[in-house]
Amino acid sequence: MNTPSNLKYTKSDEWFDPATGAVGITDYAQSQLSDIVFVEILVDAGEELTVGKPIASVESVKASSEIYSPVAGKVSAVNADLSNAPETINSDAFGAAWMIKVEGGTEGDLMDAAAYEAYCAGREH
Amino acid sequence: MATIVEPTIFELSSPGRTGVTMPASDVPETALPPKELLRSDLPLPELAEVDVVRHYMKLSSFNYSVDSGFYPLGSCTMKYNPKINEDTCRLPGFLFTHPLQPVETVQGNLALMFEMQEWLKEISGFAGVTLQPAAGAHGEFTGVLMMAAYHKLRGDTKRTKMLIPDAAHGTNPASVGMLGYSVVTIPSDERGNVDLKALAAACDDTVVGMMLTNPNTLGMFDEHIEEVVKLVKDCGGLMYGDGANLNALLGIVRPGDLGFDVMHFNLHKTFAVPHGGGGPGSGPVGVSQRLADFLPSPLVGIIEEGDDETAPLYGFVTPKNSIGRMKAFHGHFGGGLVRSYTYIAMHGPDGLKDISQYAVLNANYLQARLRDTYHIPYDRICMHEFVMEGRFEGSDVRALDISKRLMDYNFHPPTNYFPLIVHEALMIEPTETENKDTLDSFADALIKIAEEAKTQPNLLHEAPITTKFGRMDEVKAARELVLCCWLPEGYDLSK
Amino acid sequence: MTYIPISPKERDAMLETIGVKTLDDLFEAIPAKHRFPELSLPPALTEMEAAAHLGDMAATNENVREHLVSFLGAGAYHHYVPSVVDHMLRRGEFYTAYTPYQPEISQGTLQAIFEYQSIMSNLTGMEVSNASHYDGATATAEAVSLAYAQFRGKRKKIVMSPTVHPQYREVIRTYSQGMGLQEAGDDPNVDLEAGPESLMALVDESTMLVVVQYPDFFGRIYDYTKLIEDAHAKGAMVCIVANPTALVMLKTPASMGADIVVGEAQPFGIPLWYGGPYLGFFTTRKNYVHKMAGRLVGETADVRGNRSYVLTLTAREQHIKRERATSNICTNQGLLALAAAVYVSTLGKTGLTQVANLCYQKAHYAAKELGKIKGFSIQYAEPFFHEFVLRCPKPASEVNKYLLDNGVLGGYDLGQDYPSMKNHLLVAVTEMNSKDEIDTLVEILKEM
Repeated sequence: MNTPSNLKYTKSDEWFDPATGAVGITDYAQSQLSDIVFVEILVDAGEELTVGKPIASVESVKASSEIYSPVAGKVSAVNADLSNAPETINSDAFGAAWMIKVEGGTEGDLMDAAAYEAYCAGREH
Repeated sequence: MATIVEPTIFELSSPGRTGVTMPASDVPETALPPKELLRSDLPLPELAEVDVVRHYMKLSSFNYSVDSGFYPLGSCTMKYNPKINEDTCRLPGFLFTHPLQPVETVQGNLALMFEMQEWLKEISGFAGVTLQPAAGAHGEFTGVLMMAAYHKLRGDTKRTKMLIPDAAHGTNPASVGMLGYSVVTIPSDERGNVDLKALAAACDDTVVGMMLTNPNTLGMFDEHIEEVVKLVKDCGGLMYGDGANLNALLGIVRPGDLGFDVMHFNLHKTFAVPHGGGGPGSGPVGVSQRLADFLPSPLVGIIEEGDDETAPLYGFVTPKNSIGRMKAFHGHFGGGLVRSYTYIAMHGPDGLKDISQYAVLNANYLQARLRDTYHIPYDRICMHEFVMEGRFEGSDVRALDISKRLMDYNFHPPTNYFPLIVHEALMIEPTETENKDTLDSFADALIKIAEEAKTQPNLLHEAPITTKFGRMDEVKAARELVLCCWLPEGYDLSK
Repeated sequence: MTYIPISPKERDAMLETIGVKTLDDLFEAIPAKHRFPELSLPPALTEMEAAAHLGDMAATNENVREHLVSFLGAGAYHHYVPSVVDHMLRRGEFYTAYTPYQPEISQGTLQAIFEYQSIMSNLTGMEVSNASHYDGATATAEAVSLAYAQFRGKRKKIVMSPTVHPQYREVIRTYSQGMGLQEAGDDPNVDLEAGPESLMALVDESTMLVVVQYPDFFGRIYDYTKLIEDAHAKGAMVCIVANPTALVMLKTPASMGADIVVGEAQPFGIPLWYGGPYLGFFTTRKNYVHKMAGRLVGETADVRGNRSYVLTLTAREQHIKRERATSNICTNQGLLALAAAVYVSTLGKTGLTQVANLCYQKAHYAAKELGKIKGFSIQYAEPFFHEFVLRCPKPASEVNKYLLDNGVLGGYDLGQDYPSMKNHLLVAVTEMNSKDEIDTLVEILKEM
């Protein structure tokens, strides 16, 4: 499992990049969902976010998941290309599949990479 | 290019061929509407009747069905559909009556509907019944709307929480979502009952009610049902019963007697309306006295009492605080009510009890035969169905593989991956209309498959092998999204 | 009688395997005081008795084939159903199968639904058809849910033409009780002569959906292109409730720019059956497909390279999305979607064109002749298809009573829904009505 060390993570499998303000879902999350066929970003640029607010909805061939904001702040950008290529989430979860960017983000209760890896390992059964 | 096993009806079409044609017009001709109101083309199939028949006969041969074999799909009650019902529902008096005819001209239909309301009330112990809902989920939505209307009329507006056990069908939370209520999930205890402590903790004055399937989707009758009902009622909530599993309860216990306020029936499960490849169903709803005034309108009632000489006059009545209309006209009369009416009339009270007793017997027998081979996480006397795990220690064989392999033994698989609270769930509902030989062959096949899982797991991963079609590429279907075999003019579906 | 195939001896052997003595022992989890209630129901009938009893009940009705000449439509139409349709529906392989969750052994149902979807797409001109809904009214209510989901609850106003079927409007009101919608236009007292553009006065930036009917409830054919253009300019979606037989002749709703086209496909091979089960069709544009309720069949291939079909985009649906789903819908009207596919295929392009033309011709002949009777007139000048409003010299209810006494099932009494139309009948004419029947209707009314 790929877990970049420069990112921070939530228990509901979102990542946040403190450097760029980007938000997405983790490699672990995309592998659990399997083949993703639909993504809808639920917020618009300029919108104020609170921690835990739904920002996107993702559907795979067998599952569906809401994505929640790991930070509070203002949405500065929305990845409009993602809805045309939802499979990007499977292939590049930490890169091209960023969902939104948040500026002035106040972080919620986030984990570093090591803590997130341990958390994921604990969920395998 | 994929191999075409049977072309589509559009591919079989050839311009200029005709099937059934209509008589010539016998009235003086009128000019058509102005050209700008007319369509420019009509891209529909052109075939001779014989080609249509052979096409759909071929398609029918690709289906597995109750008429062709054992179909133990849990929570779906795939019982035998008696042939006589197909004849009664097609009697000309039923087929050719218009839903808006004056009631005086359709007293046969209305008498049947009135009796059906009365019978369903008697079977379930409820005070009122609507026949309008078209299917189980539609009945459920009807029920939840009535619960909402009940609280609203009392000015009890802070109730916004619906309690739903973790074993529930997905339609339960979805119905609640349609009303904007929130769902509070109640866990099950180790015997498959509602966890009473968790329930007690969730019960307060914000509870709309509880939606409970009993027996639940594990096939377990809740051993504390009276305590569950009391907890919900004591906090001012209403009890919703999901009638999906009513086939276990006919003449055994009446949900109304247990204190339920509302329940939908699935006539297509319990009362032998054929499933039709996914519908039409029929989902009447029964309610207790306190919800009777909220039933959808209209209901069938007696508008002029009869006497020894004359039959009563049946007509439509509107309940005082009705939630309104759930669909156009009067429900699934022909395909739903007439078939079920025939079925109930032929069973009578003792026959109905036999249905449930034998449905429960068959499920317990299969459970007993499979107990030593498959892990049954909630292992006690079950009702009409039970759930076992489709996985084995140290094997990568999954429930899905077992299901697909069953097709090679000419059985329809059980319900997979439901309920969600059991790992690799296989949910098995044999129904009362299977004989011991069939049940034994099915158990033997599953025992053999468990053996194959050890010795030749690849066989299971690749199954089915003997069927006309193999496993499907579901990702391709969802990504390419080809939903139509003849593109409407001017559309580019690649965009 | 029952259909239980287990002998007493087999039953006892099974009980022994289970480890209990009697059938009653299986029910100890049931509270004793409520266990085994005596049901007060009539005693069981044999098949022979049941057939006779149901035959008697059916014979109590006056039906439109044997007893009454019918000019009643209003959402349910008496059409000829080719014999082939019921022969196919009676195949046990189709009617005793479940929802095609196991595609390897359900390709018959899946391909038939795929063909049904294709037929409805071609007829409406829309890119996507789902596998069907309960009926036309609930399909229309699902259009409201789609629009609500599409705007994520940010727009909450729905504008309904008062000439959408009254029962459909009623169902929308029932369905939307929990959505907090603002409803406009749903008023039977407004000027019913006003054209569809008059609805634009109600459409604003908070409007999510405009609903109109085609032909409208009074049978009038409008081109909604301008209305749709204007509604789109305000950001609203437009749903057209269409009659499928009329679509065989008329301009497609897609070419007018509609976002959603729904309707009642009962006219396609489904008997009147006292109102159901019928077949709600639902078509839309591809960009709305993820918000659409209901099942959807898509093309794919199996591992052996065979072209095949599966239920697709299932993660939209209730069993996965639970309370976040657009709708709780579970079943479609599978068997009746098959009926529609067989009906359309058997009549084909030629037969269907004949059906539509006969409906049109006979309805216009009837309107012409009825309009000549003293005291009667045709209410609207707009083009119509197979249904029109007849203004009568006395209340429609009295006219209908007189007609019924003469063996005729008159039109729909519009006074039931529109206070200003107490004297108005909605008259439907299909290919089932002969010239003689129409002439008889005219003669009876002349003598009234």
